[in-house]
Amino acid sequence: MAAKSNLRNMALSLTLVCLVCSGLLGVVYAMTAEPIRKAEEAKVAASIARVLPESEAQPVQESINVDGVDYTYYRLPGAGYAIISTVGGFGGPLSVMVGISEDGIVVNSVVLSHSETPGLGAKCATDVDFKDQFKGWDPAEKRLVVRKDGGDVDAITASTITSRAYTKAIANAVVVYSKLTENE
Amino acid sequence: MSKFGLVTKGFLKENPTFVLVLGMCPTLATTTSAMNGLEMGLATMFVLILSNIVISLIAPVVPDKVHIPVYIVVIATFVTLLQLLMQAYTPEVYETLGLFIPLIVVNCIVLGRAEAFASKNSVGDSALDGIGIGLGFTLTLTIIGIVREVLGSGSIFGWKFIAGDGILAFVMAPGAFLVLGYLMVLFNKLAKR
Repeated sequence: MAAKSNLRNMALSLTLVCLVCSGLLGVVYAMTAEPIRKAEEAKVAASIARVLPESEAQPVQESINVDGVDYTYYRLPGAGYAIISTVGGFGGPLSVMVGISEDGIVVNSVVLSHSETPGLGAKCATDVDFKDQFKGWDPAEKRLVVRKDGGDVDAITASTITSRAYTKAIANAVVVYSKLTENE
Repeated sequence: MSKFGLVTKGFLKENPTFVLVLGMCPTLATTTSAMNGLEMGLATMFVLILSNIVISLIAPVVPDKVHIPVYIVVIATFVTLLQLLMQAYTPEVYETLGLFIPLIVVNCIVLGRAEAFASKNSVGDSALDGIGIGLGFTLTLTIIGIVREVLGSGSIFGWKFIAGDGILAFVMAPGAFLVLGYLMVLFNKLAKR
């Protein structure tokens, strides 16, 4: 069984184990850093492809500060803007990428990350009836507020707070879009 | 105990969930669907096997008073390793399980096996023990996941067989406790025979 403890072998064995473990982790980290970066990039690229019409151009990442909040967005010349908009949902931050074409129409939106309740609010990421109503949404004609609050958005059943948050995320993106284009 | 017994004891005699009642946090939190349960089980099994092997190797030379810190460092290393690998090669799985992967470090099953088995047995037996307990854990999580997914979402492994929703409560925390409780009763009744 285990060796008898004294200060020397305790310090020695702990130091040794920690050294070997951190060395091993360092190696694995170096090995996986590249694939992790690629996987994240692929995810962003796939999201952009979903929210904006196809374009030959390479998306350019930029950021802008609107009303004290920093927004990251991707400009795709000829297609529009993919704006990442994060709001407080029911269970935590709700991050949505919103594609807005150059004439100011919402093309599509996709959830990047959320912590909504499974089976209820989490449906904002999958429920096509809810998500697809924003496709081709013209913010100048229809109000980006859920019906319960007097707007034109149909909320997910039993998930009004999540629906409100999602709608707010899109509305914020529209504000960012108008800020981006007002100087042109 | 025979080699075969080492692998199969995790299913019945020493089932980590229903008999030892260990690792409740991931059991309750990640079993919202069959697939999530299965993936969590496999992730835990990966850590369990590797940490069992390494700990059985180093146990004879680790001074008694620092053995727990040493074991935890070993386990945490494998968990972080798993986390990096999942992030790199299976980003979708990492996204659903993300938060619960680091929690494998404090999963009582892993440290429990290190203390109770790996530190006193040979490398081969410890590896088999890791496989056995890991398989038992995976199987149980998958079963809980299947029950919750069927009742809660009306689907199985993502394949929907009813339109619309199931009984939502089963996807949420109360459903996890309910399903776990009833399955535990059922399991213990069957196992007693």
